[in-house]
Amino acid sequence: MNFPVLSVIVFTPMVAAVAILLMPAEKRNETRSLALAAATGALILSTWMYVTYLVNGLTGYQFVEEYNWLPALGMRLIFGVDGMSAPLVLLTGIVMFTGVLISWGIDDEHAPTGIQDRPREFFAFLFILASGVFGVFASLDLFMLFFFYEIAVFPMYLLIAIWGWVKTREYAAMKLTLYLFIGSVISLIGALAMYFKAGFNSFDMRLLEQANFPADFQIAWFLPVFFGFAVLGGIWPFHNWSPDGHVAAPTAVSMFHAGVLMKLGAFAALRVGIMLLPEGAKYWSWLIMTFAAIAVVYGAYIAFVQTDFKYMVGFSSVSHMGLVMLGFSTLNKQGLLGSGVQMFSHGVMTALFFAVVGMVYDRAHTREIPELGGMGKILPFASIGFIIGGLVSMGMPGFSGFIAEFPIFLGVWGRQWLVAVIASISIVITAAYIMRNIRMVFFGNMPEKFEGHISALTVLDKVAIVTLCAFMIGIGLFPSLMVPMVQTGVDNILRLLGGA
Amino acid sequence: MNSFAPILPEILLLAIGLLILLVEPFWKREQRRNLGWLTAGGLVLSMVVCLLVGRPGEPVMALGGMVRFDWLGFFFKMLFLAASAATALFMMDVEKLNRRGEAYLLLLASTMGMTLMASSANLVMLYLAIETTSIPLYVLAGFMLEDKASTEAGFKYLLFGALTSTVMLYGFSLLYGFTGTTDIYKLAAMFQAGQLSMGVIVGVIFLLVVGLGFKVSIVPFHFWAPDVYEGSPTPIAGFLSTASKAAGFAVLARLFVVAFPNLASSWATILAVLSAITMTVGNLLAIRQSNIKRLLAYSSVAHAGYALIGVAAASRLGVASVVFYLIAYIVTNLAAFGIVVAYARVSGSDEIAAYDGLSRRSPGLALALLVAFLSLAGMPPFGGFIAKVLVFAAAVESGLVWLAVVGIVNAIIGLYYYLVVLKHVYLFRNEAAESQPLPVTRPYMIALVALSIGVILVGTVFAPWFGLSDAAALNLF
Repeated sequence: MNFPVLSVIVFTPMVAAVAILLMPAEKRNETRSLALAAATGALILSTWMYVTYLVNGLTGYQFVEEYNWLPALGMRLIFGVDGMSAPLVLLTGIVMFTGVLISWGIDDEHAPTGIQDRPREFFAFLFILASGVFGVFASLDLFMLFFFYEIAVFPMYLLIAIWGWVKTREYAAMKLTLYLFIGSVISLIGALAMYFKAGFNSFDMRLLEQANFPADFQIAWFLPVFFGFAVLGGIWPFHNWSPDGHVAAPTAVSMFHAGVLMKLGAFAALRVGIMLLPEGAKYWSWLIMTFAAIAVVYGAYIAFVQTDFKYMVGFSSVSHMGLVMLGFSTLNKQGLLGSGVQMFSHGVMTALFFAVVGMVYDRAHTREIPELGGMGKILPFASIGFIIGGLVSMGMPGFSGFIAEFPIFLGVWGRQWLVAVIASISIVITAAYIMRNIRMVFFGNMPEKFEGHISALTVLDKVAIVTLCAFMIGIGLFPSLMVPMVQTGVDNILRLLGGA
Repeated sequence: MNSFAPILPEILLLAIGLLILLVEPFWKREQRRNLGWLTAGGLVLSMVVCLLVGRPGEPVMALGGMVRFDWLGFFFKMLFLAASAATALFMMDVEKLNRRGEAYLLLLASTMGMTLMASSANLVMLYLAIETTSIPLYVLAGFMLEDKASTEAGFKYLLFGALTSTVMLYGFSLLYGFTGTTDIYKLAAMFQAGQLSMGVIVGVIFLLVVGLGFKVSIVPFHFWAPDVYEGSPTPIAGFLSTASKAAGFAVLARLFVVAFPNLASSWATILAVLSAITMTVGNLLAIRQSNIKRLLAYSSVAHAGYALIGVAAASRLGVASVVFYLIAYIVTNLAAFGIVVAYARVSGSDEIAAYDGLSRRSPGLALALLVAFLSLAGMPPFGGFIAKVLVFAAAVESGLVWLAVVGIVNAIIGLYYYLVVLKHVYLFRNEAAESQPLPVTRPYMIALVALSIGVILVGTVFAPWFGLSDAAALNLF
């Protein structure tokens, strides 16, 4: 139990990134192997951490490690996970592992897939990003949370600008980076205000939770702190960096981005915004609920009218992340529980979606839905994966989406039934665009121009799809693998909210 | 030994200078590049010696009250020696600069002026120190005699410098006229006893801000910076933008915090406004630049604004944050200028467009540039991030939330143009140049690796640096 599992998880990608950068550029396959080894290591450790938490029925903050960093200002490196963050650490491990598989890239082939251009730099930047993400989920120190949060932001720029889709990458990368940076520094000012107001000379969030800030302070600072982070969570009306960013990014980065980074924003908004400023959250919950409800329906509708496969998935993320925010805004047991599971479920699902989109695009060189067709014949794995992801996305029972969305709607109904009714429209729209998409892309006749040009999936691609599907079905069939754990995290939040 | 400890760094600097004068005539022209090794090595050795035997204890006045031997001064002295050593390495492969003993000697003389600036406790000493710093720098800026831009830079720097230094001297003379003393600490006691009228003090503060504002390039005293940086030999521009600026801040912190503490509300407001304007103007003008030296010049104006936030906060955390900011900034900006030196030697151009395809041509140099520019932009795990957080924290603590917000807006503008440079380096192609080798000579390699590691060390293991900064600040209160 004394093994510092969290710091090993957080720093494994960072160390791997440095090691990768030190390798000679021409050793491309060795670089990829090293990346895969590090990603596998991180996945195994995060799975072990998750299973230990679950099997032992732990509650509260576990695996806590504390190191002094800057004692004079009370900045400490404190790692620890609770029922809310443990699934997200696991999620990051999964996405990192599958992301490396998808980006492997096989040299000298007629149809090049994955990352061909400077794989060394690609994996190094991707891993620095992964380190930042792990760090945010595991940090219990407010300053360190920001530290890792910013580490997760800047590699995005390079990853999208260098390896992204040529047409929009420069624009999308700059827009995304500036948006996220603005959000995070605004939250940072709020965090500094909290630090000085509390007067503990400590950034330890476990202490700050007990600070009992005056109500007017909480009400004033809640909005900048919550929305500063929620920008990264893709909350409407600050969402429009996200579809552009997702589309412009290379496949693995889109997976990371929609799968993990948006959770980073939502999670930080929850942990810093709602948990440290509970009175502010109660005061403003109507506003979050309104915005989130708009995001859910609006995102789904925009996804419905897209003809670009990747834009469709991008906007569906806005819609699904809206559900997470909607769950937060209820501030009740069901809603928060649903949000906790939804963060994991959507992360895996959208990673799968982007992986499939990437596989199709790599082969067909187009993402226009009307131009595609019949892909299921040659890419059966991809189409089955997409169908499973689609069922999750529609909230079909038996898949993780149901376990997540049903409680959210229950929670919303408990607060404001009308919002629940409006938001549920999105389920219909989602079903419509997912089904239409399955029909147009994977079934039907393959256009002649693709005949003979579409190569089958590689083994690595298949492993990635199977891994992602396994988690979604596993959670869907056995909710007890995740729900009780998230429940313990929710209980803590409810305690801070005064048993609301 | 103890009586020499307060000026041990100066004595060692002088010794290195004399050694250079001594060996230069005996070395052949081809060997004289090695004067750079001698200078840099001597400086590093001096640092080691000072750290071992020359550390200050309790603050004491030395040399008849001319200098104060305390952590603030000592700490800045070490910074200047390090910056000077890096600059000497960067000078080694710049044609027409590298084989001239007098160039290294002038660098050392200027460094000596800076070390005295950091510890002066007397207005006369302070003025002499400022001039000792400036005059060698005027010469170095205009060192390339055949190059019009360099001559112009030297002359422009001289004119601006002479003017502002006269204004500041006028301020000093007023202070002496009203009080009859030039001792900064006696002046402080008189101010605190309320023996001077408000009008006089505000007038004096204004004159001092002009003089020091020029040194640290605060808007509206920044006009010289872009032209001078662009025209001077690049290593000298790097030195100007880091060590020279930090020396100005050392004086600023000592003068304002020591001499006018009970007037904090009035001068702090002036400095806060200047800081906001400086950041904004510097960053906005930087966006439009197409020459990397001019971009760095405007960015260094903006960074003076960020550092000024800490002075304006007028608190212990404020001064500590300024000192920390300067550590991070000096290391980072020297690295940035070093990369410009190393690359321009091969490419022959300082245009940002000339950096296309750099990452394919030399991944190592591109990575160093990434580290330096992201640190300037304030991204972790590099030094610039924690430095910015500390100055913003100082502002929030002192109730200057608006200044922190202005700082944030500026950090975002800054991030934009730093990313544009990275886009050229990592994204754009230049097929013709990419296949050509990009040799990085040994002195550059050593300096850049050391500085890049420094940037990361300051940004990750920040407790010791903050401890030193805080010790420096504590001595003032």
